[in-house]
Formats: sequence, C-alpha cells, structure tokens
Amino acid sequence: MAEPTAEQIRDNQIYRQMGLTDSEYERVVARLGRLPNYVETGLFGVLWSEHCSYKSSRRYLKQFPTSGPQVLQGPGENAGVVDIGDGIGIAFKMESHNHPSAIEPYQGAATGVGGILRDIFTMGARPIAFLNSLRFGSLEDAHTRYLFGNVVAGIGGYGNCVGIPTVGGEAVFDDVYRDNPLVNAMCVGVLPADKIVKGTASGVGNPVFVVGSRTGRDGIHGATFASAEDPHEKERSAVQVGDPFLGKLLMEACLELIETGAVVGIQDMGAAGLTSSSAEMASRAGGGIELFLDKVPVRENGMTPYEMMLSESQERMLVVMEKGKEQLAFDILAKWGLQIGEIGRVTDDGMLRLWFHGEQVAEVPVKLLVDDAPVYDRPVAAPQEAPAKHVPLPNADVNLKDALLGLLAHPSIADKRWIYRQYDTTVKAATRVGPGSDAAVVHVPGTDRAVALACDGNGRYVYLNPRKGGAIAVAEAARNIVCTGGTPLAITNCLNFGNPEKPEIMYQFAEATAGMSEACLALNTPVVSGNVSLYNESRGKDIFPTPVIGAVGVVEDERYVTPSSFLQTGSAVILVGPDDDALDGSLFWQQQAGQAAGDAPRFDLDEEVRVQRFVHTLIRKRLVRSAHDVSEGGLAVALAEMCIDGGMGLQVEVAEARDDANHRLGWLFSEAQSRVCLEVRAEDVERVLEEAKALGVPAAVLGVTGGFTLTVRDGRGTWLEVSVSELKDVYRKTLQEAMDRPVSQAG
Amino acid sequence: MKVWDVEVKVWLKPSVFDPQGNAVEQALATLGHDGVSNVRVGKNLSLTVQAPDEAAARAKVDVMCQTVLCNLVIETYSFTIQERTAEAAV
Amino acid sequence: MKWAVVVFPGSNCDDDAVAAIRRLGDDSVEKVWHLERDLSAYDAIVLPGGFSYGDYLRSGAIARFSPAMQGVQEAALQGKLVIGICNGFQVLTEAGLLPGALLRNDNLQFRCEMVRLTVRNNTSPFTAGYEVGQTLSVPIAHGEGRYFADEQTLLELERNHRIAFEYETNPNGSVRNIAGILNERGNVLGMMPHPERAVANWMGSEDGLQLFASMRRYAKEAIHVG
Repeated sequence: MAEPTAEQIRDNQIYRQMGLTDSEYERVVARLGRLPNYVETGLFGVLWSEHCSYKSSRRYLKQFPTSGPQVLQGPGENAGVVDIGDGIGIAFKMESHNHPSAIEPYQGAATGVGGILRDIFTMGARPIAFLNSLRFGSLEDAHTRYLFGNVVAGIGGYGNCVGIPTVGGEAVFDDVYRDNPLVNAMCVGVLPADKIVKGTASGVGNPVFVVGSRTGRDGIHGATFASAEDPHEKERSAVQVGDPFLGKLLMEACLELIETGAVVGIQDMGAAGLTSSSAEMASRAGGGIELFLDKVPVRENGMTPYEMMLSESQERMLVVMEKGKEQLAFDILAKWGLQIGEIGRVTDDGMLRLWFHGEQVAEVPVKLLVDDAPVYDRPVAAPQEAPAKHVPLPNADVNLKDALLGLLAHPSIADKRWIYRQYDTTVKAATRVGPGSDAAVVHVPGTDRAVALACDGNGRYVYLNPRKGGAIAVAEAARNIVCTGGTPLAITNCLNFGNPEKPEIMYQFAEATAGMSEACLALNTPVVSGNVSLYNESRGKDIFPTPVIGAVGVVEDERYVTPSSFLQTGSAVILVGPDDDALDGSLFWQQQAGQAAGDAPRFDLDEEVRVQRFVHTLIRKRLVRSAHDVSEGGLAVALAEMCIDGGMGLQVEVAEARDDANHRLGWLFSEAQSRVCLEVRAEDVERVLEEAKALGVPAAVLGVTGGFTLTVRDGRGTWLEVSVSELKDVYRKTLQEAMDRPVSQAG
Repeated sequence: MKVWDVEVKVWLKPSVFDPQGNAVEQALATLGHDGVSNVRVGKNLSLTVQAPDEAAARAKVDVMCQTVLCNLVIETYSFTIQERTAEAAV
Repeated sequence: MKWAVVVFPGSNCDDDAVAAIRRLGDDSVEKVWHLERDLSAYDAIVLPGGFSYGDYLRSGAIARFSPAMQGVQEAALQGKLVIGICNGFQVLTEAGLLPGALLRNDNLQFRCEMVRLTVRNNTSPFTAGYEVGQTLSVPIAHGEGRYFADEQTLLELERNHRIAFEYETNPNGSVRNIAGILNERGNVLGMMPHPERAVANWMGSEDGLQLFASMRRYAKEAIHVG
C-alpha cells in the first residue's frame, strides 16, 4: 500500500487521523515552509499530541516550585533526583497508564511498570522500589473486577519478574472511575549524586544505538491514542505486550554500560518510540540527529520508516555513546543476549533527518518538533454552583458501630492485602516497612539511611474543591512520610483529569495545580518530575479530577522508623491537630448520600506545616511509639486501623460531653486534615502536650491502649464499643470476598 | 441435543510480540537446535458443547472465545469441532 | 570457605544471597555467570531466586541447560553443598538433582508473605542449627511453588527424612505441606521460602541466618577434616 503524498495529506485531511488539528497542520506547513510528507506528518502527530507535548497543561505546570538545595535534577529529564546526603541521590518518577489498562488490563499495567522502570535506570540509578496508585469503579461490577484483578496481576507480573519490590501504594474504588480506571506507577532508584546520566544527544559525530528488543509494529499511534477520548472506540491492536525478562536484562545491560562512563546520553523509547526519544535527546543538546532506519533491528518484514519511527515496541532504549567506544556497547549487549543496532549519529545542524536505504525520508527541525509544539491556553470556567450543592445533609440517626464497620468494609478503606500479597514486597531484602503503613520505608544499600515513600491523592476532595483538594493531596503525602519517620524532600505526580476541551475541566486543572503549588512551597517539597493524563472520560463522563502525589523523604537514622499501629498496651494516644466535626467531603457522607457531598474537608496550610513539624520533631526526640494520620474514614477509622494491625484495643474518653448526634458523627468520621494520632508512653504525655502548646499545635489525649475493644465514650455514655476481632474480620475480608465473585471481560 | 468435541487454540496475534516464544527460540538456538524460527507459545483448550447442530455449536464457541477465552485486543483463536459419536463418548 | 552464587539471566535474588552470606563473616562470595562451567573452586553453591529466562516455558526449564549446571551436577556428586532457593529449587528439580516438580500455586496467584515453617530434619548440613519441630518465620514470594511428587517419591522422602521444611499453613497447595526437600545424600537442598530475606530483625525475622551458618560450619569442618 503506497503512502499518501504530501498533497493528498493536505487535500484529504489525512493529518487528522494522525492526531493533528487543522490549525496545527497549518502551523506545521507555515513553519516548515512546505508540505510535510507522510513520515513527517506522523512525527508531528505524535510529538504534538497532548501526551508528548503537554500542550494544554504546560502553562500550569510552570507554576510548580521545582528547585531547592535538595534537588539534584528537576523536571525535564527522564526522572527527578533528590539528594539524601552521604553523596547519594534518589531518582524517582510516576507515570500513568490509564488508557492502555482500560483496554488490556494485564498488559496495560505491566507495560506501565516497565516504562517507569526504564525511566529510572536511564538516569543511571539502580531501581529499589515500585509503588502504584489505582482507581477503579465499584467492585460490585463484574467488569471492574476483571480490570482490577488483571491490573494487579500485571503490575506483579512485571515487577516481580524484574526483582524490584513493590512496597506501597493505594487503591480507591468509586463509580466515577468505572469506564476509566487509573493506573499510576512510580519507581524509585538510587545513584551516586554526582553521576546523573541525562537524555542528551550531544557531541557531533557520536554514534546512536537502539538496544534491547527488536522493533515491531506494536502500538503504532499509541501516543496519540493515549490522549484521545474513549479508548474502547480506538484501534484495538494498539496495545503492547511487555517482556519483563527482557526488561530485566536490559536494565542490567544499561547499568553496566553506564558504568563504563562511555554513555553520552540514554533514553527510554516509550510513547512515540524512536520519534520522541531521538527528537527529545537532540532537543536537550540543542543539536540535531540523523538516523538510518534500515539499520534498526526489526521483528517483522517490510516495516516502513513511518512504522519504525512510531513503533512502541517495549524494552528498547536509545543510547548515544562516545565515538570510538562502540565496541563496549556491542560487547555488553551481547553478554546479555540483547539486540543492538548502530542506527545514526549526532549532528549539529538542528535537524532530525531520517534515511532509509540511502534515501532521505524526512528532514524536520528538532526545535519545531519539540519546543515549538503548540501551547494552548484553553478556556477556563468555574462551575455555576458548587458540585455537591444539592446533596442532602447527613442523617445523624445511625448506629455508630454499624457506621464504623460500614466504612471499614468499603474497599477504599479495607485491608489491601489481597492486592499486595500478589506483589513481591521483600526482594532485595531492604524493605523495612512494606505495604499497609502510612508510607513505605526502604533501606538504602551501603548506608545507614532509608527512604520513606508514599502515594496519595483524593479525587473526591479535588472534585468538591479543586484548590483545597490539590493542596490536600500534597499535604497528605508529606504527612505520611513524616508519620513514618521521614523528612519529606520532594514529590512527583500524575495529574489525571478529564477532557481539557471542557472549560470546567480546565478550571479543575488550573485550581488543583495552584493548590498543589501552594502546598509544595509551604511544605518545602518541590516537584521534580511528573506526568499529565488528560481525556480521562468515557461516554462523556469525566472522572474525579485526580492528581496523585508520589512523595519521597529521607529517614536519616533508621531508629526513626515509626509503625502506624499500636505497639504496646498502656500507651497514651494523643490526637494532634484541629478538632473538627464537619463531615464535608467525607466518605461517610458519600456512603450515605450516594455521591460526593459538601466542601472538601477542613484544611489550613499553616496548621498543616505546624503539625508536620511537631510530629517530625517528636519522632526525632524518640517520643513516639506509633503514628497514623487521619484520612479517609476519619478519626474512628484511623484508630480502628491502629487497633487492627496492632492487635490490641483502645479505650477513648471524649473530653467534652455533648448530647448531640451530629457532633458524635462528626467527631468520629470527619476527614478534617492535618491530624495525626500518636501513641506515646504514659509518662511522656505531659511533655508532649507542653511541646505542642509551645508550637501552637492543638493536641489532646484521646485514651489508653489495651483491652479487646475499641470503645468510645464520653461523660454521658458509650458511643460505640466493638471488639478488635470484629473490626479485623470486616477489614480483612472485604477485598477477598469481592474478588471471589465472577468477573466479566465485557465492559 | 448433540454433543460436540471442541479444540480451541488461542495465541497472540501475529503482529503482537510473544516474549515466551522469543525466549524459547533463543534458548533452542543456544542449545544447538539450528534453523528454528517463528516460535510462538499459545494455549490449547478442549471442551465439549451441547448444541442441536454444528452451526449452533460453532456460534456458541465463537461467543465464548470472543468474550471469555480470548482477549481479542492481543489474542486470536481458531477451533476445530467434531460431533461426538456413540463409541467416542465412552 | 568459598561460596558461589550462580547468576542466570533473570536471577534477581543473587545480591540478597550474597548479602546474607556476608553477614556471617569474611568468607569469599562470588557471583558466577551461568556460562561458567567449572565450579570446582567453590565449597558451596547457591542457586538464587528470580525468574531465570522469565520462567517462560516452565520455571527453571531453560536454566537447567546452562553450562553452570554441569558444574553444579559435579559439585553435588562430590558431596559439596548446593542450595536452590525458590527459582533455584525449580532449576534443581528440572535438572533432576531433586525429585518432583513445582507447579502453579493452587490459588493461581503469586504469593508474597511471611510464612511459618516447621523444621522436619536437623541432621543435614543445612538444618543442623535448628531443632526438629522448631518453627521459623521466613518469607515466600512465588507463583509456582506447589510442590508435587508421586506417592512413591513422597514415601521415600518421608522414610529417609528428606523433607527439610513444612509449611505450618499451606500457602500454595504443596503436597504434604512440603516447603523444602533434600537429596538422598543430604548435600542438596531445595526450598521455596527465602531464608536470605530473613536475616535481620528489621526484615521481620532472622531465622534464615542459621541455615547459612550451618552450611558454613559444615563446610569448614569438612575442609578441615579433608
């Protein structure tokens, strides 16, 4: 089949199928001064896609704070890097694989893990941990169970095989994600702080290699597909199959190659494959690149230049070596049994030039492809009224024990063991705190230090109040790091939003990113890497705006590692942070109303900073036995979780006796932010309260650990009393029971 | 109602990379089995189906393949079908 | 004493095994690439966990043909110590150095969790540091760990005290709760749980350390006597 001519592309508007709008195509023609041919149009189609160019989000991403003394590498490279001291850098990044996972959940999730893994070792870092953040519809739905089960299996399938532990994450279930699940994967690696490798194609004449797997016709147009509405209507063969075995070999080979010191630049061939990797590497160097496509090792016969440039075959890297050191690359790749092809060289004329069997098939300025991609200032409009304005107020006439058990049985809160026991959480023998805690803690080999890692994001809060919700996402991730004994250093993020062409969605995006920026500044956690996933809508329905935060902190001394469940009977439990009995944004109210309700919960950034600082200091004074932040489900759920995992009860005496059912509900289930439950020795209570007072942080004793029940009472009587074994039973069995039911592949 | 013996073959579409087949092919070459290529690993399922006639049986199997046995995003399938005779049904 | 940890393409617990052994003292521990045929320089050989060749085809089925496995065969014949952990156990059964096979878990899922093991034999070089009936906490992490052998083999294993470890609660459907077995001579051990991940309190258990310590004691004494 002959490729269309440049004129045909124009006359028949073929560029539209390749992802360009009329005005974008005109922009190409104007800047190029001629009509682009088929291959060239394809290059613009993928590189100017939302996925590669961030054309709708770019102007908002610029506001993020990205620097600080701890930042060794900010956004713009394959991953960010922070300094944890002792000459050690930690590279990390999170990335979405939402649309592929909706189509083929196992492979979609697996290739997501593989892609983020390559982004990390590309920096010269040895990967030490994976985390993930998942959003699905209700598990009552058989198709959701199919998606969820296979996504979890796919994440495990890749991560377990490459031998990197999956140490943490989160999973939230809400109907809004039914047709558009979110699969965000984060990878963390360790490297010498002075040996960061960049994705740069510099040094005129240096050879360019493609290494790893052979190139096939996988996922042609995948990058444009990731940003287009409704995955189910798209070309279905656009899904790739991951090969974790090859991925593992590629990781070892690349790290060995980087170790030689002869690598000038290296980049994963992820979305838009050879196109984005070559153009972006040349762009970073401010130079050009020339590729001879007949030299690419291929898996299928008769592949055209267009197909080779757009192929998304997995487990491939583009590597620029120092001229004269080619043999090192050939030897190392041969040792690991991988493909290698010398396919081009670095030039200085600023062009991306493609050759095929001696014929030039494309010549485009790199700057035009990468830096001159259109940037949109899309219309923004606040909704006419608050999204949950007409939701009825909560009904206070409920049995409090049943309400608590109902929350513990909600899949978003219930024990996630069903998920994480399918992941290898302990390979590398460095996992100090694995899944199920506020944050994971992983020992950094060769040091006395550890890193604390957390993933957080609450789409419901952002939906109800985008600015506050955005800030809360950052605050909660940092708070989880603090509660586990770490010092938050920086964050990465995945910004999962709906259709940016709708002004109310852009409003959510603008507000949420502004809120995130404020929190990042206040908490001194700059953004060092990230990813945007737009068009998360299906059949016209948008998801909750869901920014997910991946936070990294350092645990300077491993004695600071703090568990999130009760350790000893007879301890005092102190609530740090504000008193609040408003149910705004709570899961309790949502469960009752059948939809998100109220405003986002109470949140004050100054208060948050003070609370985190206080808990951080107390842990360093060794005054904290265990700590757990109050999040989804409120104080009652936080305390129940501390009881369940600690295997002991808690007797709570609410100080202020009030005969007010709304107050009780609020006290138990408010999701007001900036609150942490601390377990401290009885003899330290006074000291802790005094220090809190000195810092202006609210703190009050809740009760004493021990017994077989979680009991809450005040001077007038008992609010609720439930045995720890009953709490545990409900908490533990929810996911298992849901997933024992049949699944359906059909959506 | 007649009984039909069905053999279903499920394998990755030709254009989809098969990591298993690739690894097996490389291992075979390493072990000295020359001239081997295009190794693909698939699944074989055998089942019996009750249906009044062959067309109905085929339709039934087709639906099962397309909705359950095979993920058409990456996989393809084929099957053979044979009526079970009295002596075969021991 | 000299230890070898064999690295197959796809091994991923090799570093963990090296680190566990290093905790015992200043023994020489070397990672040996699977193409190395001659392993005669080593007193003990570890086949580590992982996914050799991706576990494609069958777990361990391709790795067993590696040149290093000839060295392992010879070492086993000479009475040197060979331990296969997880994928290493699968390689040993595929290679015929241990009887039986490891099938997909009965729950059809990968399982990673801390399990309780009961020590059934304490006369082997690997288990001499434990008491019979003692329970150990050691993590598992596998998708294909369901031990299977025919009735005759099981009888033989029982009779000759070749079952080294049993699961207290069976996590994968292994026949007779078998978690680890010995060869006839007692110098080859295969086990699905990961003792190298249970060598410090902060890992949740240090019960695995004694296994490597026993091997070390045995090998040192044997060297001394020999």
